[in-house]
Amino acid sequence: MNRSFHKSQTLRFYDCSAVEVKSKFGAEFRRFSLDRHKPGKFEDFYKLMVHTHHISNAEVTIGYADVHGDLLPINNDDNFSKAVSSASPLLRVFIQKREEADHYSFGAGALSRKKKALVTLRDEGPRRRAHLRIGVPRDFRPVSSIIDVDILPETHRRVRLYRHGCEKPLGFYIRDGASVRVTPQGLEKVPGVFISRLVPGGLAESTGLLAVNDEVLEVNGIEVAGKTLDQVTDMMIANSHNLIVTVKPANQRNNVVRGSRACGSSGQSPDSAASPRGLPPSRVLQNFHPDEAESDDEADIVIEGALEPARAARGSLSRPNGAGLAHRLQRELTLGGPGRDSNGSVHRLLSSLKADPRHSLVLPQGGVEEHGPAVTL
Amino acid sequence: MADMASERRSPPGWPPGHRRDPKATRVWAWMVRGPAVGLTSSFLPQLPQRPGRGSTGGSAVLAPSPWVERMAPEMRLGLSLQTVEHGFPHQPSALGFSPCLCILAIGTRSGAVKLYGAPGVEFMGLHRENNAVVQIHFLPGQCQLITLLDDNSLHLWSLKVKGGVSELQEEESFTLRGPPGAAPSATQVTVVLPHSSRELLYLGTESGSVFAVQLPAFRVLDNRTISSDAVLQRLPEEARHRRVFEMVEALQEHPRDPNRILIGYSRGLLVLWDLQAGCVLDHFLSSQQLENVCWQRDGRLIVSCHSDGSYCQWPVSGDTQHPEPLPSCVPYGPFPCKAITKIFWLTTRKGLPFTIFQGGMPRASFGDRHCISVAHDGQQTAFDFTSRVIDFTVLAEADPAAAFDDPYALVVLAEEELVVIDLRAAGWPLVPPPYLASLHCSAITCSHHVSNIPLKLWERIIAAGSRQNAHFSSMEWPIDGGTSLAPAPPQRDLLLTGHEDGSVRFWDASGVCLRLLYRLSTVRVFLTDTDPSGSLHAQGEDEWPPLRKVGSFDPYSDDPRLGIQKIFLCKYSGYLAVAGTAGQVLVLELNDEEAQQVVEQVEADLLQDQEGYRWKGHERLCARPGPVHFEPGFQPFVLVQCQPPAVVTSLALHSEWRLVAFGTSHGFGLFDHQQRRQVFVKCTLHPGDQLALEGPLSRVKSLKKSLRQSFRRMRRSRVSSRKRQPPGLPGEGQEAGAKVERAGLQNMELAPVQRKIEARSAEDSFTGFVRTLYFADTYLRDSSRHCPSLWAGTNGGTVYAFSLRVPPAERRMDEPVRAEQAKEIQLMHRAPVVGIVVLDGRSVPLPEPLEVAHDLSKSPDMQGSHQLLVVSEEQFKVFTLPKVSAKLKLKLTALEGSRVRRVSVAHFGSCRAEGYGEHHLAVLTNLGDIQVVSLPLLKPQVRYSCIRREDVSGIASCVFTKYGQGFYLISPSEFERFSLSTKWLVEPRCLVALAENKKHRPHRNGAGPEKALGRARNSGGQSDGEERRPGPVMEHALLNDERVLKEIQSTLEGGRGAPLRVLTRVLHGSGNLRVCGLRVGSGAQPCG
Repeated sequence: MNRSFHKSQTLRFYDCSAVEVKSKFGAEFRRFSLDRHKPGKFEDFYKLMVHTHHISNAEVTIGYADVHGDLLPINNDDNFSKAVSSASPLLRVFIQKREEADHYSFGAGALSRKKKALVTLRDEGPRRRAHLRIGVPRDFRPVSSIIDVDILPETHRRVRLYRHGCEKPLGFYIRDGASVRVTPQGLEKVPGVFISRLVPGGLAESTGLLAVNDEVLEVNGIEVAGKTLDQVTDMMIANSHNLIVTVKPANQRNNVVRGSRACGSSGQSPDSAASPRGLPPSRVLQNFHPDEAESDDEADIVIEGALEPARAARGSLSRPNGAGLAHRLQRELTLGGPGRDSNGSVHRLLSSLKADPRHSLVLPQGGVEEHGPAVTL
Repeated sequence: MADMASERRSPPGWPPGHRRDPKATRVWAWMVRGPAVGLTSSFLPQLPQRPGRGSTGGSAVLAPSPWVERMAPEMRLGLSLQTVEHGFPHQPSALGFSPCLCILAIGTRSGAVKLYGAPGVEFMGLHRENNAVVQIHFLPGQCQLITLLDDNSLHLWSLKVKGGVSELQEEESFTLRGPPGAAPSATQVTVVLPHSSRELLYLGTESGSVFAVQLPAFRVLDNRTISSDAVLQRLPEEARHRRVFEMVEALQEHPRDPNRILIGYSRGLLVLWDLQAGCVLDHFLSSQQLENVCWQRDGRLIVSCHSDGSYCQWPVSGDTQHPEPLPSCVPYGPFPCKAITKIFWLTTRKGLPFTIFQGGMPRASFGDRHCISVAHDGQQTAFDFTSRVIDFTVLAEADPAAAFDDPYALVVLAEEELVVIDLRAAGWPLVPPPYLASLHCSAITCSHHVSNIPLKLWERIIAAGSRQNAHFSSMEWPIDGGTSLAPAPPQRDLLLTGHEDGSVRFWDASGVCLRLLYRLSTVRVFLTDTDPSGSLHAQGEDEWPPLRKVGSFDPYSDDPRLGIQKIFLCKYSGYLAVAGTAGQVLVLELNDEEAQQVVEQVEADLLQDQEGYRWKGHERLCARPGPVHFEPGFQPFVLVQCQPPAVVTSLALHSEWRLVAFGTSHGFGLFDHQQRRQVFVKCTLHPGDQLALEGPLSRVKSLKKSLRQSFRRMRRSRVSSRKRQPPGLPGEGQEAGAKVERAGLQNMELAPVQRKIEARSAEDSFTGFVRTLYFADTYLRDSSRHCPSLWAGTNGGTVYAFSLRVPPAERRMDEPVRAEQAKEIQLMHRAPVVGIVVLDGRSVPLPEPLEVAHDLSKSPDMQGSHQLLVVSEEQFKVFTLPKVSAKLKLKLTALEGSRVRRVSVAHFGSCRAEGYGEHHLAVLTNLGDIQVVSLPLLKPQVRYSCIRREDVSGIASCVFTKYGQGFYLISPSEFERFSLSTKWLVEPRCLVALAENKKHRPHRNGAGPEKALGRARNSGGQSDGEERRPGPVMEHALLNDERVLKEIQSTLEGGRGAPLRVLTRVLHGSGNLRVCGLRVGSGAQPCG
């Protein structure tokens, strides 16, 4: 470990392998430097931070501001070294107490607390997802991505919309239309399916990756040629939790230029021009491997045992769709609540539940199966 | 075309290479010849599921299921599954009858010709052009017929014997052409007369000329043309004084002298023409417009009917003089009457003739009636049909040499039904038809099929039905030409149809003839506006005209709430549950005696005091208070009334536990019909689902709205296209065409059809709609104890499971049935749940209640762990039990874009090993495809396109049987039968020969209904462009693939003659595919 506690201003100039670090905890700042090429292990870094800020008695989370100004976490060797290597010139580190960390958000800020809570729940669920933990999904929730850039023609774009856990509607419409194809016989008009409308504020619009008059070529890897509009609609809805559409954008000017590597380390280099806010690092994509995401989204909710007695007692709660469940959660939590640290976030979770009863069905995943209806929260 | 392409492409996710790989073909051949041991091994789950992948040669484990392999050849040929059509042809347009063959022919507006003889003898042909058939004429003394289409083309059809079975084939077609420049009316055929010489056809035309055409080549004999000029020249002076010609309205051969024909012109002139001498023998001039003429059998009298509702008799003296006509008679005068369009004058041995005519009703008061009047011996009856009369004929002595007609039956083809009236029995009663049943006499609202009915129940239903038919004639079915060669059906099958008028009809669906056995009406239970006694014979004796309503077609329902929506019959116990549009659920029991009983009424409040809801739909039906009289048959004893009275969307009956479950858009309930007590109700409604709450009205409103919008859109586009047209410029053809195209394009831009892409959510409408209910005895709570359970699936992808406690038989009346919710499964994709099945330890679907008790099924395996199969519109999913966790799934919609419309477990018997069979899922998708999905591994096996995807009502009406067959409506009045199983095919096989009826009228021989069951139908006509048949291109392509054919041939060589014959026909390309497929199936049977 090559550490230096110098505050020398000149360090930057004569030692180019050093990275200046400015860490912040509460209102306090510390400055030090790290070796850009040999940053060391996250564990040591963590110890260093705790030691530097004199907070060894508290559990903290560490984050840093990346080149786009987004707050990203440092919680393993990989993202630590990434953070150090991408620092230019200054690495700004933010430290929060873990219980307070909820108040801040990692990522681009588009993600709500609730989702994090859900991911947490799911991680504790029965499904093994060991490789998930090394990445950042507990803190990130991708909403869309461009994938398979390396295998698709440059005129095509494969867009993935992560509907799962997102409150936004997919928000687009498709229509029939005619598409011009080049064939050996010359140009030929063939029927095609096109995006006809984007709903303002919908997922499709907010990603900026889909536009009106884009031709839909594939839905989750299946060609739509020869299928009717209704068939394509059904396919899209059936895949709505994890929709991958391959389009031929009407506007071909924003296409990914092959060979450019914005920030990814794999071949899946997202086009930053197409998504101004910047896409999550490619690691996130890898974590959300299609199969993985699929089985993830396919998890049906099973409520075992009779909820009847409780329902009978309460009468109006006998609805299956969660309003009742939310009420009960609310009650039980407020009863047991005040001393608990996570109170705030749980309340927030609950309020979101009440607002959107559908999520009560997402919520009990794992929790219900193992411990009864989400009372363990 | 695009469809074809996608068809040919092996669908993604399906076992690659399995379908089209020639290697697979070879393997299939091996499998069939291989040892029978291979059959069961396929059930082992460890078998590789991707047969095509990396196969080295043909390893034995390629097949996922032996059954699939057996199906393979057909699958490759893309054969259609349809075997026979039941019911009454949609939009009939012509009737023909051959006295010598005793076969009836019906032509339809869509260009189909259907032939019917004795029950079981059926043929169908389809004209290449889909034009309406206007006339059908059998050639006298031959197995041939001529059809005239509304495009003025004539077609010659023949019944030819091939391989011991007759087939209907189109031989020749012809369109009469005049000289260049002639008006089209010159050759517009109005009347066709097949001459008894069997070689000539006389064609009367609109221009008044009669052309002679030689058969079978349709050669016009110009020198024999009888032009109106020629006739005019040969008329005596006094008859020429006015324009008497116009078009030829009637053309009749002299009954005794084939050299004379009678030509009737529309202005009223009748000419008796000598064909050899080419001269007028006689002429008769009527003052009225002529409609039709008829000879008396001896040729001494002509009867003509006219447009003013009169008919005239003209004695034919034989020689020279024009005799005075007998005074014309207006049967329903003196006020103005409608035309008599056709008349029969038939002599009897006893002396007095029968006069049978169509129309002639008093214009003002009865002009709208569709009547055929029969007058004989002072009796006269005007049979009043509920639909338009297309045509009619009278069955009389077939031998031309006989002295008298002696008519015995009147056959009337009405637009919606065929009615046969017995003219021998007093009162002229109706003869119940063994086929051509008018399925839609009240619109069909649902159907339910029960296979393999126990004999006892069968007999009881028939007995109940025969009492209903007491007023029918006892005459044997008079149309009995041909012989059915089909074997007797293997089992008794019932098809139950629910109707809009609250009735349930029980049909014998075992064989080719769909025969009505019994009719149940639920109307009696309720108070309705109309008098239930009906007004069938309400009219008094001395009414004039003597109208008598006949026929069963009655499309007007007293009350749409009576409509039957769900039917469930237990074939072992005779319990029947029917449920209707206004939330009524009736439980009925079969009783052989009539009874006077009170129907107990129970209300099921499915909303369970959820506050703030107001049902805006229809009111519930009012039950009749006090005891009600019920005739023998199924008699209701309990009425469960759902509240709100929304349409019942699912129904299940468990006769062993004496429980009935029902569901609506609001929830579901369980009723104990033994104790007559409600066990529980469960509300499934989403509180925000206003649409479901308001009832069907709001949907009607929205439909209206959308209609209005589309009209507006249409108007707008029309206006805009008109605007674009430059005024005063009569556009040239091309310009106009371009304009239309542009308008069309613009139209599209104006209103592009858009589809919203959105995930299903809990807030969607109608998520609480209960789609399916299922009883099962399984491991619901723990793996040590099984218990009765009720499963319900909703439109929102939720499955509820209730464990039930049914007291043992001895305490059944004392202890209540208890139910407790045990599970609730929310499918994440939220698609509607359309099917729930529990598989036992051997992965076999649980048997029906009482099936084991009656020794008709193996008892389920309760040792191994059970599995739950949930079928949603989008996915098939197998879960473990009792702990519900997903085990297997097949995503249909995500891969293909098709959704499951109907799913049913079907048993596929082996053609080879008697008694061996497998259960698989028969699936109908919203694209009209029928697929088979294997159990328990959920592998798609085969796919056929069966119903056109646009045919929404056909898809909605589909019902599967338990043995891989099914029915769907191809029109409001016809069921098409299809078969996925080659084990047993219900299809006509029959023979029509000329010789048999030389001596005597065959109908005396008593062709009972038994003779009817199962027979073949020719499908020769099918090959020429039947519209419904899918994928002709595909078939063609495959047929040209010699290698495939050789493979099949080598495979079939193990079989007997039949398959070989088929193959040769395939190879020559002359036969048709449908026939081959069927033969392959039936031919494979003896190999077993």
